[in-house]
Amino acid sequence: MTATLTGLDPGTVEDLISSDASLRRFLRGLPGVDQVGADARSAALATRSIKTTAKAWALDLAIRLIDLTTLEGADTPGKVRSLCAKARRPDPADPTTPPVAAVCVYPDLVPVAVEALRGSPVQVASVATAFPAGRAALPVKLADTADAVAAGAHEIDMVIDRGAFLSGRYLQVYEEIRAVKEACGTAHLKVILETGELTTYDNVRRASWLAMLAGGDFIKTSTGKVFPAATLPVTLVMLGAVRDYRAATGRQVGVKPAGGIRTTKDALRHLVQVNEIAGEDWLDPRWFRLGASSLLNDLLMQRTKAATGRYCGPDYVSLD
Amino acid sequence: MTGSGISSAFSYAPAPESRAVVDIAPSYGLFIDGEFTEPADGGTFKTVNPATEEVLCEVSDAGAGDVDRAVRAARRAYERTWSRLPGRERAKYLFRIARILQERAREFAVLETLDNGKPIKESRDVDVPLSAAWFFYYAGWADKLRYATGGRTARPLGVVGQVIPWNFPLMMLAWKVAPALACGNTVVLKPAETTPLTALLFAEVCRQAELPPGVVNIVTGAGETGRAVAGHPGVDKVAFTGSTEVGKAIARQVAGTSKKVTLELGGKAANIVFDDAAVDQAVEGVVSGIFFNQGHVCCAGSRLLVQESVHDEVLDSLRRRLGTLRLGDPLDKNTDIGAINSAGQLARIHELANAGEAEGAQRWSPACELPDQGYWFPPTVFTGVSQAHRIAREEIFGPVLSVLTFRTAEEAVEKANNTPYGLAAGVWTEKGSRALWTAARLRAGVVWTNTYNRFDPASPFGGYKESGYGREGGRHGLDAYLALDGLDHDGGTGPGLDHGPGVDLEDAR
Repeated sequence: MTATLTGLDPGTVEDLISSDASLRRFLRGLPGVDQVGADARSAALATRSIKTTAKAWALDLAIRLIDLTTLEGADTPGKVRSLCAKARRPDPADPTTPPVAAVCVYPDLVPVAVEALRGSPVQVASVATAFPAGRAALPVKLADTADAVAAGAHEIDMVIDRGAFLSGRYLQVYEEIRAVKEACGTAHLKVILETGELTTYDNVRRASWLAMLAGGDFIKTSTGKVFPAATLPVTLVMLGAVRDYRAATGRQVGVKPAGGIRTTKDALRHLVQVNEIAGEDWLDPRWFRLGASSLLNDLLMQRTKAATGRYCGPDYVSLD
Repeated sequence: MTGSGISSAFSYAPAPESRAVVDIAPSYGLFIDGEFTEPADGGTFKTVNPATEEVLCEVSDAGAGDVDRAVRAARRAYERTWSRLPGRERAKYLFRIARILQERAREFAVLETLDNGKPIKESRDVDVPLSAAWFFYYAGWADKLRYATGGRTARPLGVVGQVIPWNFPLMMLAWKVAPALACGNTVVLKPAETTPLTALLFAEVCRQAELPPGVVNIVTGAGETGRAVAGHPGVDKVAFTGSTEVGKAIARQVAGTSKKVTLELGGKAANIVFDDAAVDQAVEGVVSGIFFNQGHVCCAGSRLLVQESVHDEVLDSLRRRLGTLRLGDPLDKNTDIGAINSAGQLARIHELANAGEAEGAQRWSPACELPDQGYWFPPTVFTGVSQAHRIAREEIFGPVLSVLTFRTAEEAVEKANNTPYGLAAGVWTEKGSRALWTAARLRAGVVWTNTYNRFDPASPFGGYKESGYGREGGRHGLDAYLALDGLDHDGGTGPGLDHGPGVDLEDAR
């Protein structure tokens, strides 16, 4: 436990991954997470009151943090193009509205998104590695990843093998993440822990460390296909993990809650947690993302209300 | 600190709760026999908002004659109405009071924050809801008292004199008044002189609930008024929460009389953090243990006993956490640390903190700008504290944490118990057997495990040693307000009937 918080040099990491046993010892030696306490802290932070100028600032930040996502079997090139247009200019009526961080699609639609977003700061993210279940052989996952990267994806959202993790085969999970990271090349890797299947906050913290040790650039809560997805306390535990990891190694890792964040209130509560748990260094699209689809419209309606004093209602924002 | 000084990227804009919900009169009389009356000698004192030093209003200073009037009113109400009401009827009033407290929750929360200086989020989320919960809980007992006494017949004690402190003005009132009334007693209550306003608003609630006149009487004043209440020959029982010094004086005052006494006094609770604790949550518990209500908590975890192998890690985490506390306007919904209740208390905190430094402990506070007006003290941590230092032994009653270390569990228990107090303690470990082993050896009325400052009306609260005697809350809390007679063999017509008004005989049938 002390080792994790007083410095982890590359040599120590080499030792950790020398065997399943040593990796298991390390992960199980991390300080525990008391569920009652973590839930209570999250609930307490949720009572923060974000008003007036702070709210206006946070609304714009939240928009800039969004990975605007569509991950449906029924997705079409037309839908993706429409989403990309929205990502570039979320509110055509108000050019001061910032663009979102990224558009997140399945690998086969990456070329469509790349084309539609050319010349904009909006990144293209793609899920890969047999998303969402991750039930495929490693070569298939790597091919999936390479395909998305070759098509122009800047960011890859992979899923971990929850079966291996829950049965204690941490080294296998570690090596798989390493391999996918390699297949990513220069693309950023977000590692989806699928916290809804990990059952305990202790596991969430262990999986966070595992993903960070293996080189993940982001740790992400969920696929959005499993419930519960991104709950506030789960995000809180992950924010604590990236904070501790940076203190130990000097490397900063991002956090992305995804799934179930639909309202402005949800988004602001997440931002408060980022601010007070990880710290303001993380309040930037480089280090924090909100994986969402319907959230953007709610933020836009709140933004309009903040500017005009009137709530326009859902007929005045585009449905995607 | 991000509250009042250095701005961060995400600086929360002021989010003040509106004062418009409270209507403070320029002056208040004494609440005796269901009416607000002027004090006989016309004495008054001022109550101020400790966050701004603004005078809120004038309050009557009750003299011995006023206290006598209040006790007589309480006696009349006891004999003529309250002790004769069946439990289920008393319960109706208590339920009614509980509901009114909920309905007027915002008003009570704002008033408490104005008069006391505590953050609105605490008065809103802790003080007022728990006060209502206490009335609901004891309302439920009022017609079931025979089940609380192990088959013995119980009677009310009569007129109860209650003296409460300024740290949780409304909640302490609820802890005292609810069980007393449930058991069939009538009450003369003296709130603290710096925080009388919610008690006076409670008087209005009693009228709104149509509580019979004289059942609750509220006499405002300072120490002299408290002495008059405790010393009045017509008072059958004295219940006091406050300092150990005053508690001892009350015990001396009533010695040799027939009065019963319960005392809930000071504390110097230890929060014991073992090396296998969930660090983030333990730190959170340590923070809420000592900085909740600015440390104006008798069970505050004012000593942190941390196992030496995790000392640095826990302290790093603690310092980082304190950097995010927001100190400032208590009415702001984002304020974590409010004002110190009075100039006198602030002076005492300064004195003890200075003594800590003089004795060689290392003092640390987060970067923190204090408001110019009002009484303020920054969250403060002393490391390198030894058992012999004053800051490890004396109750500071402020936002000051003394950090000590231990090597073995035995040493932790020895240090935790090495205090004249024994009100509360906290144990932080992921290991159940260690938590139980430790808790069983701690001489404290409450031991929290992996949590701190949790209160519930169903759970008894009280101290060992110089932290006082008697319990408040739960079934145990009823004992403080009942006289137990012999075993009730014949289902309700036993000896209890011959001893004047009985509380529960009728209900049993």
